[in-house]
Formats: sequence, structure tokens, C-alpha cells
Amino acid sequence: MTTHPGSAGDGQHPPHDHDHDHDHDHDHPHAPIAQETEPSYFELMETAIRELLVERKLFGPDEIRRQIEVLDSRTPALGAKVVARAWVDPSFREKLLENGREACEEFGISFYDDTELIVLENTEAVHNLIVCTLCSCYPRPVLGLPPDWYKARNYRARAVIEPRKVLAEFGTFIPDEVEVRVSDSTAAVRFLVLPMRPAGTDHYDEEQLASLVTRDAMIGVIPVRTGQETA
Amino acid sequence: MNFKLNSNPGPKRHVVPAFGETPIFSRGDRVRVLNRSPIGHYRVPIYLRGRAGVVERVLEPRQLDNEREGFGLNAGDKRHYYRVVFSLQELWPGYAGSPSDNLRIEVFETWLERI
Repeated sequence: MTTHPGSAGDGQHPPHDHDHDHDHDHDHPHAPIAQETEPSYFELMETAIRELLVERKLFGPDEIRRQIEVLDSRTPALGAKVVARAWVDPSFREKLLENGREACEEFGISFYDDTELIVLENTEAVHNLIVCTLCSCYPRPVLGLPPDWYKARNYRARAVIEPRKVLAEFGTFIPDEVEVRVSDSTAAVRFLVLPMRPAGTDHYDEEQLASLVTRDAMIGVIPVRTGQETA
Repeated sequence: MNFKLNSNPGPKRHVVPAFGETPIFSRGDRVRVLNRSPIGHYRVPIYLRGRAGVVERVLEPRQLDNEREGFGLNAGDKRHYYRVVFSLQELWPGYAGSPSDNLRIEVFETWLERI
């Protein structure tokens, strides 16, 4: 049984019933690419449900493939554009903090997963950090897929128990007089941190500002700094 | 003739909202997360069950009650839910950070009681 969406098969032909005649004479040595472990209970359940839904024609393999393509097309560069716009346009910033989803939609970012978005503004007095202790809820429409560490149990548990220590491990030291505010996502709302605009960027244009804003800054584990532009 | 805006309140003040139409709690209310342990997957983290917090805001619009729908009951039902603030110092004995540090989370109305 495969665990790859999009290779669900047509239900008539068992996969790999023909003879293979692979040419293994290529000159780069590597371990065969194979599934090393048996699929887990939940992987099997996902595959079974997906195959059933396809079999019942509720959706087709191409729709699954396309949705994966949509998910992969979203990247932190989108979120960075939102942040940069908020830094240069006070009325957009106001709207963004009032209703994150509507502001982003007006900015041209659709919410394919029908989640709401609360944008959390970092200030001199408040530092925001986002986490999903239950799973991996993440503002995917604006940031794409979450990094692996965001989904790790270690981060998920410790971000709500000792956020300052976790932040310190990311190299971020929050002064005692600054309030640390951890947002745990559990329902239909997602969070995006609006970091503070770094000093010395008054002459930057919107595009240059966007290039400063990284994924981790929008999760709230680091501030935005100059001199660390992304490509 | 002087027209005054809002001089006619419309039928609103005579309309009685149905159960569940308006949120029970509002900003600033002290609430406690119920300490229930129903069987199944519920999106109220165990670490907050039984803990006291303050309503930061009512989240609009109402959201699908996935707790009912997830178990095949009353599909499409919507419920109010809230962003609730908890003090990290109150949550974790010996919390090392600042006393103002806090945790914010969304909780469905069905999981909250007034204190």
C-alpha cells in the first residue's frame, strides 16, 4: 500500500505486477529509495479513507494532486509582503490587526482552508509567539507549510511552559519588562506575528523591507534584523 | 425637518434572541475551562482543563461546532467561541518568566463556565 497521495491507483491493476528491468549501472552509489518502515496506523487510515473517497468519486486523484500543488505554492514570501505593506501603510496595518483574513484577501491572498487570521503585533512592550500544542495549526495560506521544528513535540510542549527559554535557544532574549504572549492555535483561527520594523530602515522601500522578513520572525521566535536579507 | 439618525431603533429591541444566538460571555469576564474528559479528540488542551482565565475577546463570526460534527451530530451547528487569556505563572508552578507573561487560546463556549 502506498502512502503517497496522488498514486492511489485505479483499483483494477495491482501496482508492480510487471517484471522490472531497472538499469542499476549508474555511477552514483546510494541506498535504494524505499519505504524503510511499515506505514503507521494513521498512515494506513489516511490511505484507506483517501482511496475510498476517490473510489466513491467524491474527488479524483488530480484534485488531490492539485491541492498539494496549491499548498506547496504558498511560501513565507507572501507573509513577508503582508508585513512590509503593514510597515509602510498605516491604514493597511490597522485593517490587518482588525481582521487579518479580510486584509490579506484584499491584498490578494486567498484562504483556501477557510481559517480566520489574527495578526499579533510585536511592540516594545509585547512579544508574541505562536504554537499549536495539539498538532501543527499554522497560517498556511500566508506562510505555506510549517517547519519541522514547529511540529515537533519538544517545541509544542515547551513553547507554552517555558517560552522565554525556548526563545533564548533561538537566540532571542526578551527583557523581563516585556510581556511574552503565547498564542496556542486550537480551532479555526490561525496567527501571524507582525514583527517590529527594525531601526535604520527608514530609507528602505517596501520590497527591500519584505526581503528582511523571515518565516521565523512571523512565528515570533526571532525579531526582524537588517543585514540578514533572504535571497 | 430634522432627521435624527438612529431615532428609529427598528424592531431590534422587541426581538428576543434564540438560545445560542448571542454570546454568553464578553470581554473581561472571568471564566473557568470545564474539567471534562469526554472520550474522543477534543480541541481543548488537557493542560487548560479546570484552569481559570479572562475573556480577551469574542471571536466573530461563530464557528462550526466541530466537536459535535466530528462525531456525526448536528452537522452545521455553529457556536460562539472566545480568545481567553491565562497567566503563565498561574498555569505553571515555579514559572520562571515575568508575571505578565501569558497564554492566549480559543475555547468554545460549551467548555467555559463563569467564575
